[in-house]
Amino acid sequence: MSGAGRDAGRNGDGRAKAELALKPVHELVAGGASRREIAELFVERAARLDGRVHAFLTRTPERALEAAARADEAPGEAPGPWAGVPVALKDNLVTRGLRTTCGSRMLADWVPPYTATAVERLEAAGLGCLGKTNMDEFAMGSSTEHSAFALTRNPLDLERVPGGSSGGSAAAVAAGMAPWALGSDTGGSIRQPAAYCGVVGLKPSYGRVSRYGLVAFASSLDQIGPITRDVRDAAVLLGLIAGHDPRDATSADRPVPDYLERLEEGARGLRVGLPREYFGEGVQPGVREAVLAAARKLEREGARVEETELPSTRYALATYYVIAPAEASANLARYDGVRYGFRAPGARSYAELYDRTRQKGFGAEVRRRIMLGTYALSAGYYDQYYLKAQKVRTRIRQEFREAFERFDLLLTPTAPTVAFRLGEVSDPLTMYMNDICTIPANLAGLPAISLPCGSAEGLPVGVQLMAAPFEEALLLRAARALEAALALEPWRPAAELEEVAP
Amino acid sequence: MSRAAAREAAEGTAGGPLDAYEMVIGLEVHVELSTRTKMFCSCPADFGGEPNTHVCPVCMALPGALPVPNRRAVEFAIRAARALHCEIARETKFDRKNYHYPDLPKGYQISQYDQPLARNGWLEIDAGEGPRRIRIRRLHMEEDAGKSLHGGETGGAGGASGEGGEESTLLDFNRAGVPLVEIVSEPDIRSPEEARAYLEMLRATVLYTGVSDVKMEEGSLRCDANISIRPRGSKELGVLVEVKNMNSFRAVQRALAYEAERQAEALARGERIERETRHWDENRGVTLPGRSKEEVNDYRYFPEPDLVPLVIDPAWVAEIEASLPELPEARLRRYQEAGLAYKEAWTLVGQRELGDFLDATVAAGAPFRQAANWLLGEVSARLNETGRPLSELRLTPAGLAKLIALVEAGTVTATLAKRVFARMLESGDDPEAIVEREGLVQISDEAALEAVAERVIEANPKVVADILGGKEKALAVLVGQVMRETRGKANAAKAGEVLRRRLAALREGRG
Ligand SMILES: [Zn+2]
Repeated sequence: MSGAGRDAGRNGDGRAKAELALKPVHELVAGGASRREIAELFVERAARLDGRVHAFLTRTPERALEAAARADEAPGEAPGPWAGVPVALKDNLVTRGLRTTCGSRMLADWVPPYTATAVERLEAAGLGCLGKTNMDEFAMGSSTEHSAFALTRNPLDLERVPGGSSGGSAAAVAAGMAPWALGSDTGGSIRQPAAYCGVVGLKPSYGRVSRYGLVAFASSLDQIGPITRDVRDAAVLLGLIAGHDPRDATSADRPVPDYLERLEEGARGLRVGLPREYFGEGVQPGVREAVLAAARKLEREGARVEETELPSTRYALATYYVIAPAEASANLARYDGVRYGFRAPGARSYAELYDRTRQKGFGAEVRRRIMLGTYALSAGYYDQYYLKAQKVRTRIRQEFREAFERFDLLLTPTAPTVAFRLGEVSDPLTMYMNDICTIPANLAGLPAISLPCGSAEGLPVGVQLMAAPFEEALLLRAARALEAALALEPWRPAAELEEVAP
Repeated sequence: MSRAAAREAAEGTAGGPLDAYEMVIGLEVHVELSTRTKMFCSCPADFGGEPNTHVCPVCMALPGALPVPNRRAVEFAIRAARALHCEIARETKFDRKNYHYPDLPKGYQISQYDQPLARNGWLEIDAGEGPRRIRIRRLHMEEDAGKSLHGGETGGAGGASGEGGEESTLLDFNRAGVPLVEIVSEPDIRSPEEARAYLEMLRATVLYTGVSDVKMEEGSLRCDANISIRPRGSKELGVLVEVKNMNSFRAVQRALAYEAERQAEALARGERIERETRHWDENRGVTLPGRSKEEVNDYRYFPEPDLVPLVIDPAWVAEIEASLPELPEARLRRYQEAGLAYKEAWTLVGQRELGDFLDATVAAGAPFRQAANWLLGEVSARLNETGRPLSELRLTPAGLAKLIALVEAGTVTATLAKRVFARMLESGDDPEAIVEREGLVQISDEAALEAVAERVIEANPKVVADILGGKEKALAVLVGQVMRETRGKANAAKAGEVLRRRLAALREGRG
């Protein structure tokens, strides 16, 4: 064979592999590839492409390959159908023996002695960790620009952000460097980056997935969830991590249904509400059009779609920016340089150690939110801010409860815009506005999913579906029906990324 | 109160500056619950252990770790609360109390703020002026912090940490997360003596419930006090001073006496009392201001989002309550009704093992009064002598009951009984066996006593002459001689009878 032929062969092989890497896990597995082949595919792509994307803070090819080898060696004894499939983990999921940084200088060298429940469950199912993904420091941000270590780029357009705070996980999946990933969502941190990167992101109901071992940002809002290439994978991955955990007092003690069982039952008869407040000012016209087009698709599939109102929505952002920082200000008080993590040198007293460690260990955004939260809880301001926010939160919950008496689902944009350019949004308030469509589901503890529904300015637009608490099965079924009706081509990484030499 | 009023109040007395004032005292008591595991994790909660060996991700506050409430600790807290006559909340929640200190791993303490587990209780005390009720405002659950060992306290180990040598601090997190209840009294206490009586009653009550060993020296009971003074008869409250760092009941009593006096003297000088926290200095016997007077702590309490509110089933409370033993106040009443004076009764109630022993001895057949006398007398004396707990004495309630029965039956004399008691403690033997073995049976046999009486009369002609001459009281001397001759075994009453009969015969013989 001539040299040119070999090159053509290799390129052809490369293209085939790139195609394979963009397939959802259930197709890869059904396609008959061995687990070693699957793991090697992603290990190799991550090694080759991540220099441009910076989705990973730590890569662990040995873990991924070892799990795959174990699954291949003893297929009969494998702990389940997904054994040996690799997975990327957001770096705020605690992993024993594996550095867990939270994107913060504070935990730059922290190697945990224990493992998060959700990760333990994946390990028990035989999944191997591909690596830990980049994130906004302590999950505070919507662009992954606030990581202490790296700037993650959107694989679809390397000049744009992947969204955040689970930007690393979304980028890894979008780039075909991981077949699926776990993220965490406090105000949209799974769904918004999924939307920006053209993949699927699911935030489960509060209490559905154990938070034990998820480094806390805002305890009453945080949830772990999957980022995947399609809805079926999201259903699979959720099934693996969901369920009661006696180590998390807020985890729900209720059975986990089989999320695949009714996945393909379609949208016929589903009542879908379009809350006006989510389509108003600040939503890019292209985004609005794509999302409304998706709503019409769903209608053609037999759903009853109608407009509705959720007037408390306009208070959601302010409510969130009182409650989340308040909880964070306490959750982050433990980082004092005493027991683990970064310790500022040269302090002569505890007060000095505390102040200096936190001044140097935390980035500006984290310090800003700690300050906001401390203020909201302070004597004389508590009633005015924290207590009021709790009351509004109760009202928002109540409004959703009433809405779900009339509707099975609510359909909205996931984010008001498509992925913005790196450095484009520098003002914190504008950045906070980006979470306006996703925050209400966290405040009310609802399950919500984002899936690609088209494009604007050549970039992916995400549509969000929300359901009543613990109605994940219904949510996934509707999302799957919409996904099937849309029948979109998968978003492909930027050509310049695929051109990176092996 | 105005300065003028204060001065007037102070000058209006001939005695000490305090005479014109009334003390208003409230106590905050922390009690460590003796659950097997900690409040929010499964680490052992027992005292001791090498530093930082009873720790885990939860109590070390590692990132991502979450608390899970210990049901047993809640049960223990309810037990204590019901013993203190508190009402148990139907729903209670935990809050975060935010402050930073190196031995507080999370940077906040999980405590209870506006929905405590229990409220509105009381304890009846008697500080020598008859019974009085001290109301309890609330009882709530929280977790303990770790322990800081500052440079000087660690000896050689201090320098080992490298950075600061003598100025370094070592931390032990074994106590971090151990369950506590905080019991807050209303400001109903009016003297240092009452404060002490309250603490003693509180300790006894909690001890009886079995939820804590309430040892102040091991830190499983800690007490802070709030004290203000006001002119007698006034209904207004004075300026509150918090007193901390008191490590014994005696220290609480002394510190409050000192502090009240200090405040009265300050008012007498026309000074204003500052609202502050002061620390008791045990060695110097004074209270001293805390380091930073100005610093007002804002704990920024808010509901603990990692925990859900606890709904307390009244049936559970009833079940817990039904399992409570007889409590000190009931036992105290019972003993007083059985004829003991308050002080005697309190001695037996305040030291639970004495009361338990008393009840068991009575159950074994001993008359109450006699059994109480033994415990208040010989047994207490022996405990004081040896400094050992009752459980270490080789004495059983059945044994003591038998000894009492021997005395009651006249088998041994009261004097001999003490000897038998001593032998019992030495050997652990049955009193009957001891009496038999050592021939300590009381001599009531008249023939035997006659012989002894005759010897005694012959050997003491002077005393006999006195008696015959009309000094009847001198008979006791002869009885004493009989007792000595028989090494205490003679029945004293019988001996008296025999002597009297013989002397009467002598008198007749002379006449
Ligand atoms: Zn522990």
